[in-house]
Amino acid sequence: MVQVREIVVNMGPQHPSTHGVFRIKLWLDGEVVVKSEPIIGYLHRGVEKLAEHRTYAQFTPITDRLDYLAAISNELGWVEAVEKLMGIEVPQRAEYIRVILTELTRIASHLVWLGTHALDIGVMTLVLYCFREREHILDIFEMVTGGRLTCHAFRIGGLPQDVPEGFVDKVKEFVEVFPKYLSDYHKLLTNNRIWLKRTKNVGIITAKDAIDLGLSGPSIRGSGVKWDVRKSNPYSVYSKFDFIVPTGEVGDVYDRYMVRMEEMRQSCRIIEQAIKSLPSGEICAKVPKVIKPPAGEVYHSIEAPKGELGYYIVSDGSTIPYRVRIRPPSFVNLQGISKMIEGQLVADVVAVIGSLDIVLGEIDR
Amino acid sequence: MVEFLIVPLIKIIIILAFIIAGVILYIWFERRVWGFIQTRLGPNRVGPFGLLQLIADTVKLLIKEDIIPYRADRFVFNIAPIIVIVPVIVVFGLIPFGEGIKIFGIDFKFYLANTNVALLFVVAFSSLAVFGIILGGWASNSKYPLLGSLRSASQMISYEVALGLSIVPILFFSKSLSLVDIVNSQKEMGVWFVFLQPIAFFVFFIAGVAETNRTPFDLPEAESELVGGFHTEYSGIKFAFFFLAEYVHIFLVSALVTILFFGGWLRPFPSIKFLSFLDVIPGPLWFLLKLCFFLFLFTWIRGTFPRYRYDRLLELSWKGLIPLSLANLIVTSFIVLLVR
Repeated sequence: MVQVREIVVNMGPQHPSTHGVFRIKLWLDGEVVVKSEPIIGYLHRGVEKLAEHRTYAQFTPITDRLDYLAAISNELGWVEAVEKLMGIEVPQRAEYIRVILTELTRIASHLVWLGTHALDIGVMTLVLYCFREREHILDIFEMVTGGRLTCHAFRIGGLPQDVPEGFVDKVKEFVEVFPKYLSDYHKLLTNNRIWLKRTKNVGIITAKDAIDLGLSGPSIRGSGVKWDVRKSNPYSVYSKFDFIVPTGEVGDVYDRYMVRMEEMRQSCRIIEQAIKSLPSGEICAKVPKVIKPPAGEVYHSIEAPKGELGYYIVSDGSTIPYRVRIRPPSFVNLQGISKMIEGQLVADVVAVIGSLDIVLGEIDR
Repeated sequence: MVEFLIVPLIKIIIILAFIIAGVILYIWFERRVWGFIQTRLGPNRVGPFGLLQLIADTVKLLIKEDIIPYRADRFVFNIAPIIVIVPVIVVFGLIPFGEGIKIFGIDFKFYLANTNVALLFVVAFSSLAVFGIILGGWASNSKYPLLGSLRSASQMISYEVALGLSIVPILFFSKSLSLVDIVNSQKEMGVWFVFLQPIAFFVFFIAGVAETNRTPFDLPEAESELVGGFHTEYSGIKFAFFFLAEYVHIFLVSALVTILFFGGWLRPFPSIKFLSFLDVIPGPLWFLLKLCFFLFLFTWIRGTFPRYRYDRLLELSWKGLIPLSLANLIVTSFIVLLVR
């Protein structure tokens, strides 16, 4: 008697396209995925435990390392949460520069997403173009903070020092040059037959499922849900800028791709507006030397490139937080993966993982 | 005596040397071209302009440990790379590079053998290579290679049909399966077959890219999905064989395209007397130039396009290329019937 069984393939922690040490077990019937089980934890570094032994200022560089591809936006969430807890008001100039750096980070993160996602699907050249563009952004970061990847750009209350002299010109130059590169990527992929065949109607998640699972960021916007923390709960000075929140329709890989491409363009617009109307003034609020927030708790979330990044801080009145709980967007988005790949082929698993844009650093913390 | 033994031996040596040198140069060329497409330089340190890079790579592969997976089928595992590489090299004996010259009173033709079933033999024998891929994947006793080899088997079958069907209209004009006769008939008709049969060329080229497991059809070895596909578990010289076999196959397909559609060793527009000054360039050099162009095309395509998904790939063949070549065949046969 011939028995038909499913084979269990382990896309192990080491794999050319699992975006970090991510492991997923697939039950395959031929090439069709019948069941899947994601297994995480290979990059757990005990970040939340570390928070219980660091002061609030000492924890800021650690938040950099959560989503290491978009370091500065992690910091924004943390410093804003502490400022909310302490009731500090950040001067306008600092806010504007924070927004500029955060939106540059968004573009940088999306560039990495685009390059690696395209590489997984077989386009070998795009990843190098994206990294070439990213170099411009990293040069700007280096100019301001001294670091390229994990920058420690923000302090509680503002910025450590004012931006150097060439900053405004360099950002203006970037904003002028970038849209052309973006249109190049569109030319290569958006109407490419093979790309469309790989990404359309692949990894669909309906709006209802997405809301139920708690997805956020481009992963939920691809399904048509217009949820962006910058618009719904505005923080920093985002309410002063004019930008649209792109949404998709079907919720497949192609829609998430288009949403992120459009987001890059919108970020460019925000930076343009911010750099034009950059106010002068103080760069940091008057913050006591020893940061001792009052006892209490606060939850603050921002729109990180991957989704809604939240910090829940419980303070007991001392210089060291009692508990810090980080709500990582990729962790919650990853819950959707089983739904997205059920019934699809093995090749689609790779496309879906790429379209979710997960970073193990923040999933495992 | 000399003619039967020494001349063929010399030709065999020349062909083998051409293949080996050609593959080495082509891989260097490909890596440099990819580099430029990707806004970087390719290998340019080892040797002048990086030409000796492949020799360094081959030496590295030769001195690597030969790993055989646990409970793999040893005999089949070892023999699979040989099955992949031997058919494609053997077939080169039939490929004509030029017409021939007379040296020392001996008729030295630029091909090793000329049978009147050459085309059929070439297509059939070179498709034996897929057995090596399937056996290699199966013998590895591992899931990723198994998936890769299954994909490869179905891909090969689908595209062999398209390949074969697309060549048939050529035979209406050449009335012979011999490759030398096909080129000669292009000379007599005064026009390259690509102008008479553009659709056949299109189908043949795409099927050829699929035959050689190149992007956008490189699922069997899809790096980002199956780690290495059918050659995941291979290391050292066996891996080098798979690798080289793929490139020799690319050479073969490019050579076939040149002979069947682009006039082999003929100059452009062989019927226009006005351009006969181009005859100063010898036939084999024309052949090489055209070959190089198609090699470049292979590289260019690989550097640009994404990879097809497995079922889309089969869909493309069965629902796209095969009906197209069938339609082309029917239309061509009607036209030929009417003209004659």
